[in-house]
Amino acid sequence: MQSIRAALRPRAALLLAAGALLLVAGPSQAQLRLDITQGVRDAVPIAVVPFGGQAEGAATDVAAVIANDLRMSGRFAPLERRDLASRPTSGAEIRYEDWRLLRSDFIVVGRVEPDGSGLAVSFELHNVRTGASLLAQRLPSSERGLRATAHRIAELVFERLTGIPGAFSTRIAYVAVDGRPPAQRYRLVVADADGYNPRTILESREPIMSPAWSPDGQNLAYVSFEGKTSAIYVQRLASGERRRVSARSGINGAPAWSPDGRRLALTLSRDGNLDLYTLELATQTLTRVTNDDAIDTEPEWSKDGRSLYFTSDRAGNAQVYRVALDAGRTAERVTFTNAYNARPRLSPDGKELAIVTLDRGGYRIGVMELATRNLRVLTDARQDESPSFAPNGAMVIYATRDKGRGSLAIVSADGSFQQRLSSDQGDVRDPAWQPFPPRG
Amino acid sequence: MKPMHVLAIAVLALGLAACQKPTQTKPDATTAGAGADAGAAATSSGLEGDAAAGAGAAGAALTPQQQALADLRQKSVVYFDYDSSEIRQEFVPVVAAHASYLVKYPTARVRLEGHTDERGSREYNIGLGERRAQTVRRALQLQGVADAQVVTVSYGEERPAVEGSDDAAYARNRRVELVYAP
Repeated sequence: MQSIRAALRPRAALLLAAGALLLVAGPSQAQLRLDITQGVRDAVPIAVVPFGGQAEGAATDVAAVIANDLRMSGRFAPLERRDLASRPTSGAEIRYEDWRLLRSDFIVVGRVEPDGSGLAVSFELHNVRTGASLLAQRLPSSERGLRATAHRIAELVFERLTGIPGAFSTRIAYVAVDGRPPAQRYRLVVADADGYNPRTILESREPIMSPAWSPDGQNLAYVSFEGKTSAIYVQRLASGERRRVSARSGINGAPAWSPDGRRLALTLSRDGNLDLYTLELATQTLTRVTNDDAIDTEPEWSKDGRSLYFTSDRAGNAQVYRVALDAGRTAERVTFTNAYNARPRLSPDGKELAIVTLDRGGYRIGVMELATRNLRVLTDARQDESPSFAPNGAMVIYATRDKGRGSLAIVSADGSFQQRLSSDQGDVRDPAWQPFPPRG
Repeated sequence: MKPMHVLAIAVLALGLAACQKPTQTKPDATTAGAGADAGAAATSSGLEGDAAAGAGAAGAALTPQQQALADLRQKSVVYFDYDSSEIRQEFVPVVAAHASYLVKYPTARVRLEGHTDERGSREYNIGLGERRAQTVRRALQLQGVADAQVVTVSYGEERPAVEGSDDAAYARNRRVELVYAP
């Protein structure tokens, strides 16, 4: 806390000190625990051998972090450590026939070495059947950065073997709620995608909801009721500095960033009814998008930034619509299967929408292909909500209820693999997956 | 004052209003803490109103308005059916009682807090809670209450009255609370 404060620029420091109880940037108590709840039969076996240069029980076990990332992708089945045939730390030491006997298709070996004042991590990926070296790199690191380096190695291995960029270095934002009604405490938390390193960035006795990442992954927009009514804030993660961008009379809700990061789509109720607007952040220019007696909310930008998907009950029950931001602005209905479809979130390739759909009596997560309107229901609980795509499109994180408590869960985009991110205390909800950082 | 400083002070007031226990105050926030108590009290008094009125009622030295308000607070929640924002017949007299109080005391202000059960999407539920609050607002206005006397807020499913994921809990959470400043 002290060091974070000290690093702030004066203006940000003023803000942070002023709101000491509201804006905090310390580790939060409860870390989420990942459990696989539905495995995949055809996961690829891979051996991740403990890295050389690391003592047993090292603070950050590089091989364990890599193996965990690969396991949680649903596409790999890392060998148990006790089943490893030997402990090679370089390609030259691998005896392929041993690993073939273990039916491992691939093997990752490596070591951690001192490098100047820091550390370096070398690793190699080999095909066990052919003996071919598929990847060999040396990454600069440090004692504190070792976990991040391990996630990066897992991403490189994952991409080499699947052709899909890994998202193991990204983060998730979510809302944690402690205490019983009516005296509840709300926290906005940012953690690594595997649930590690949870940091509370905002704390309040009034509700916090709807965190949304800016396209560059550096800012979060969210709704906070700290002023006894809803308002939208934008908070910079690195400094904790934040701005209140909308506190208009009535509801200020459902912020969503435009693809270029310059505008927010949001929901306002200036005349007692919810409609969609866009807000140019630099100029505070507000533009009305819908004008309808129905509830219009939960906007999501199309990939080209020229239209919004949103939830509306203009036809009597909640369905997803799309409206162009230019010209006539006649909304067209997008969802037709099921009597309730809400909270659209676009896949990173712009081809699919993740939605909440009322499926056979339960609120579940579905993914609808826009071109065909074909809907896949991915989950099977009664109260699943708030879907958000991983930046590589391979997974969807969402909120569910487990033994009476709110928890998070992740499902592969084809529904075959499910895991739960649960907290030991209180509820967790409203997850949002950070986008990939901009290239270059 | 520069806008940023105004914002900082707003954050200060809100931050301390949101404080639950003084022990949560971090050492380097003590200078900010001293000046903020007034703000915290002002912001939180709305919440303490119920308790204060209750204590006053026992004391017997109430003005007619205070007595009327204490009576109203016995029935200050309107419950709704699933996915509905219509005021049920049994709550029509409740809303009427609040309307007559507000008409009789034009300086009185009421805050209508709309809520839903936990099913469905969160922001959509904010819309449903708002619709319920607006229904009560319109009913009050039809009975002569001035627009300026009423504010609405929707908490959707974010502030349940009770925990639980069964029909009984859902029924108690689908509501509009009529809240008066002290």
